Amino acid sequence: MLEVFIFATLNGLVTGLLLFMLASGLTLIFSMMGVLNFAHASFYMLGAYVAYSISLYFGFWTGLIVAPLIVGLLGALIERYGLRRVHQSGHVAELVFTFGLAFLIEEAVQFFWGRDTKNYQTPDLLDFPLFTLFGQEFSAYRGFMMTISIGIFIALYYVLTKSRVGIIIQAAITHPQTVANLGHNVPLIFMGVFGVGTALAGLAGVIAGPVLTTFPGMATVLGSIVFVIVVIGGLGSLAGAFIASLMIGLLQSYAIASDVGMPDLLNLLGISFARDHPLNDLWTINLPQIAPVLPFLLLVLVLIFRPTGLLGKREE
Amino acid sequence: MRNFQALIVISQPIRKLLTTLSLVCTLSLGSLSIAQEPVRIAFMDPLSGTFASIGNTGLKILQFSADYYYNSRGGILGGRMIEIVPLDNKQSPNETQLQFRRAVSDDIQIIFQGNSSAVANTLNQTISRHNRRNPGQEVLQINYSAVDPILTEDNCSFWHFRFDAHANMKLNILTDYIAADPDIKSMYIIGQDYSFGQVVSDTSIELLKQKRPDIEIVGNEFHPIGQVKDFTPYVTKIVSSGADAVITGNFGADMVSLARSIIDSGLDIPIYTFYAAYDGITATLGEGGKNRIRLIHNGVANPLPSEERKQFNRDFKAENPNFDVTQPRILNALQMVVTAIEQTQSTDPYDIAVALEDMRFTTIGGEEIWMRGDDHQIFQSLSISVHTDEDIEFDADNSGWGLRTEYQVPKEDTIVESSCQMRPPRR
Repeated sequence: MLEVFIFATLNGLVTGLLLFMLASGLTLIFSMMGVLNFAHASFYMLGAYVAYSISLYFGFWTGLIVAPLIVGLLGALIERYGLRRVHQSGHVAELVFTFGLAFLIEEAVQFFWGRDTKNYQTPDLLDFPLFTLFGQEFSAYRGFMMTISIGIFIALYYVLTKSRVGIIIQAAITHPQTVANLGHNVPLIFMGVFGVGTALAGLAGVIAGPVLTTFPGMATVLGSIVFVIVVIGGLGSLAGAFIASLMIGLLQSYAIASDVGMPDLLNLLGISFARDHPLNDLWTINLPQIAPVLPFLLLVLVLIFRPTGLLGKREE
Repeated sequence: MRNFQALIVISQPIRKLLTTLSLVCTLSLGSLSIAQEPVRIAFMDPLSGTFASIGNTGLKILQFSADYYYNSRGGILGGRMIEIVPLDNKQSPNETQLQFRRAVSDDIQIIFQGNSSAVANTLNQTISRHNRRNPGQEVLQINYSAVDPILTEDNCSFWHFRFDAHANMKLNILTDYIAADPDIKSMYIIGQDYSFGQVVSDTSIELLKQKRPDIEIVGNEFHPIGQVKDFTPYVTKIVSSGADAVITGNFGADMVSLARSIIDSGLDIPIYTFYAAYDGITATLGEGGKNRIRLIHNGVANPLPSEERKQFNRDFKAENPNFDVTQPRILNALQMVVTAIEQTQSTDPYDIAVALEDMRFTTIGGEEIWMRGDDHQIFQSLSISVHTDEDIEFDADNSGWGLRTEYQVPKEDTIVESSCQMRPPRR
């Protein structure tokens, strides 16, 4: 049982930290623009595919560095020539724009790379077990994923709270007019944040592609969950997104690892139902089966009891 | 601007003239082309979304087969071409209903569909209802891949024909194979949470209990289809259960992610699957899956059985370098349907269905396959093949890796009873 618990924790942390890389960019963009970027997970997918293509010619490590840059640049260009124009027409237009963008990117990826699963592999350098515990290997690559994510969190946190750029960004979030009056180029800051946000999503794609497989559905699988994290963590809160990511990663991992379900609960209560009971599906449901729904359940609970999210400050 | 308006004014009579002209043209062309009107066959499978790759490969095979054997040789029924109409159902029962309406409004009477038994069940019911209510405009369901047994058992229909062995037939052979391996003492079953996944789980447990009561089922897990990001938490459970082997009915991204997580965890146990090959899966598994991943499938993998079959593969590859002949049964199905059309000189689904019943047909692989009339289930040899890079003449995903058949069971030994009680429509 202990081994399952330890590995469930590790798995949860890996997933949680990966989700954080996506959520951090999304939450930053939200706090600036006031609009959820529906295309965020599509940049994640784009990152994986671009890195895959680069890795075919120049190896994994070049892809790791170049792919997020390309995705970030693309994101910045989209902000500059797309979102900024749409911005004048209000939030709804922006929302619809990012929504359409998500479809566009997904179709474009399928158009250029095809619809089959891509053979994107972990680099040979990291192709060894980091440690073996109770007969199960924990691959070095997963350790690498965790390190990168934690590094990103620390770097982002430092930049946003300690550096001059971070202070200007934070000021631009709440008081854009004042910051502009002080002589800062607010649109440029917005563009930069959008670029960095999408680059982070791209980076998440680059490092997730080899382990979670690179296929056309990869954005859809992660897309909704990232929004859940941003809302639970509190819109615009980096620390909140971090906590929510880990929470959801661990929650899902523990739920899958557990073997309890309705039958156990009913046994405890001393109730039993026949197998042909009309609600048999309900009486036999177990926790692993509903694990993927749990984040959404949590979302509903948070929205009911703490509409601002865990660390959200805004009251709209 | 004024000039522009004038142009529009002038163009009014011209437009009228043009419309009349074009109408005349269409009419005359129409009367000419009635004899040459194509036989239209719909291909209804996911062409976008998570499982798009499987659907697109199937479409390529069907299109190529139609061109290769019929359209390039002057068509069927004395000169009619076969036109394949792709309909994207996104593997969703709702979309399937919509696309079915579209097929009906386009007067398409033959529908090829394969992916997802849930979709096949929906289509089966929709077609049965439609055919009952619209005599004379019936639609035929050619199921080339959905393997939920119920389609040829309790829910069997006169209008449904299955060209793949169903899950119970495959599991019967697979469990024979597993039972013969004395090293396997415990088994973990994991699958997608829908009809086919449930069938695989229930049947494997039942059959293993009969054949090898000493094999302990140490896990029986369902996960949501197409939703799991990372299979590592599931693999943790497999490792801690101490299982000697895994059975899974997963397909698409769910299959490759699961196999990959198992390989990454360093767990060295055999994985018995239905769909762990092609569409990028073989290339992605590569070295890690060697001699560990086995598939149960109909027909034979490497070595291919006949020169004609090999030539078909080569010519297909020449035209579609990035696709493989993943499902030769699509060709079998098309050839049998065309044979029925030619025999009856009719494209009426009722005539085709009657001709297909109890048809014995020799495939290009040289094997005689049999469409049982009682339940419309095909019978042909079943194979268990292994993922390897040795002795692979025709690889998958251009990767050098592919499937080599290790164990083959002739058609006669795959026959199972059916509970189907079919009521043929009155004519």
